[in-house]
Amino acid sequence: MMTRRRLLAGTATLTAMAGVAILARPAWATVEATDAAIGAFTGGKTPEPGKITLTAPEIAENGNSVPVTVEVDSPMTDGDYVASVTILADGNPNPEVATFHFTPLSGTAAATTRIRLAKTQNVVAIAKMSDGSTFSDRKEVKVTIGGCGG
Amino acid sequence: MATPKPRVKVPKKASAGEIITIKTLISHDMESGQRKGKDGNVIPRQIINKFTCEFNGMKVFECELDPAVAANPYFEFNAKVPESGTFKFTWVDDDGSIYTDEQKIAVN
Repeated sequence: MMTRRRLLAGTATLTAMAGVAILARPAWATVEATDAAIGAFTGGKTPEPGKITLTAPEIAENGNSVPVTVEVDSPMTDGDYVASVTILADGNPNPEVATFHFTPLSGTAAATTRIRLAKTQNVVAIAKMSDGSTFSDRKEVKVTIGGCGG
Repeated sequence: MATPKPRVKVPKKASAGEIITIKTLISHDMESGQRKGKDGNVIPRQIINKFTCEFNGMKVFECELDPAVAANPYFEFNAKVPESGTFKFTWVDDDGSIYTDEQKIAVN
């Protein structure tokens, strides 16, 4: 028998499920592709938090040019340095943005560039050290005008 | 597209072992391959896909670029200067063109 209470509860459940589905699957659906790209970069390892700092604006008015800076805490000596840092964006048509390679001659493992963001999304930076350990940082950037217009 | 023109900023002088900041910019459309032209066809991808910086032949910094790098790719990074020498910058285009620039630095 369909009581009012049951009907309401059912509707609430459905709404909640729909909400979850929308959250888990953004229009571009490259969160999975981002995870795959992280795996490809780290060799299957899950990067740890810390050591790397990703600086990006909280709100980017124009997604065509968003300044991002990555900095990794490392002595940058011959035996202990940051080998590479990759930047990924999980809401773009393709998650890959750029990959930096450093050497001890870089002095510090820091770099700034400008990237395109199609919409509001997470930007992820992953650092790979010379000993193979990996670290990551993540920032959400709200984009007012997307950067993939055609 | 006009021929890409690199612009690089390197300090003229440094003390030995000093870490300097280098800024580079090159004029380039970085056509992503996602946009459609007026005729409705996709404009083919043409981007700078690689940038390298060398000091006296030793690698300092390298970057692989994907279409998500903004037009007129800009990089700011650091370099340790052990001695006087020349920084060489190279940009590689999807069409095979290579653009280069060189800057000298003197160590006091």
